[in-house]
Amino acid sequence: MAHESVSRTVYFAVFLILVALLGATVAAAEIDLGRWNFLVAMAIATVKAVLIGIYFMHLEAQSQLTRVFALAGFAWLALLLLLTFSDFATRAGG
Amino acid sequence: MVHDAGFLAHHFDSLEQQHEAATLGMWLFLATEILFFGGMFTAYGVYRTSYPQAFVAASHHLNVAIGTFNTAVLLTSSLTVALAVHAAEHGRSRTVIGLVIATMLLGGTFLGVKAFEYHHKFVEHLIPGHGFSFAGPHSPHAQLFFSLYFVMTGFHALHILIGLAVMAFVIRLTAQGRVTPEHHPAVELTGLYWHFVDIIWVFLFPLLYLIR
Repeated sequence: MAHESVSRTVYFAVFLILVALLGATVAAAEIDLGRWNFLVAMAIATVKAVLIGIYFMHLEAQSQLTRVFALAGFAWLALLLLLTFSDFATRAGG
Repeated sequence: MVHDAGFLAHHFDSLEQQHEAATLGMWLFLATEILFFGGMFTAYGVYRTSYPQAFVAASHHLNVAIGTFNTAVLLTSSLTVALAVHAAEHGRSRTVIGLVIATMLLGGTFLGVKAFEYHHKFVEHLIPGHGFSFAGPHSPHAQLFFSLYFVMTGFHALHILIGLAVMAFVIRLTAQGRVTPEHHPAVELTGLYWHFVDIIWVFLFPLLYLIR
């Protein structure tokens, strides 16, 4: 199989980074950054999701086709969010 | 030909091709899951941008410490299931079973904590419906927040429950000796599913618990 290269050390390292990022997102929420609070929280969550995807779900070792399938899900989600919020953001008077 | 030990279905040329198809199929399923939860995330986004103060006020009724603990529990369960897949790749069946049981215990802990939180919301009259009561001017839109909270965390909990059932099946397969270093899609695909459910929670936690 393609992904025997991922060692247990990598799993533990990724896990520790994920826990550190959890701490960071809780700490960042306690600081008033205005609208940046939301962006920081989503940025940290995205980094965590990418780490889980690449290392725990072995996306780095999958075939191109599988990676395209994985990214397609997020691409459609991006379309859904983009079109919905470009509508809501440009409505006059809500 | 590789020793397929009877695992190779007749419509595949090789175990590698069969493995590739299984992984691809799982990711296709996960893509539909992304959009299933995506609809709820979109609804959440629309209402949060429409009623930001109500969402802040309602979010304060969620316990950040409990949410942080449960996030750590799920992250740990992702580690144990990743190690289970690693053990399967190296043919250590007893380790696979031990790690899958550990993952199930962590998943069960998550659900137990969630049940405790739901009970607390019930006592506080924060279940949307006739009994809903919320002090302050934001009551109707706080109710909207709690509707989203229960639907999103409820569907997430349902996914955890399904994961636990699938893992019981994986333990049975492993105990029967049907998980080998060359062929262990049950362990691997269950791992993919479990990591996906973890990723959903990674987004739910800040969106629901950490609005300030």
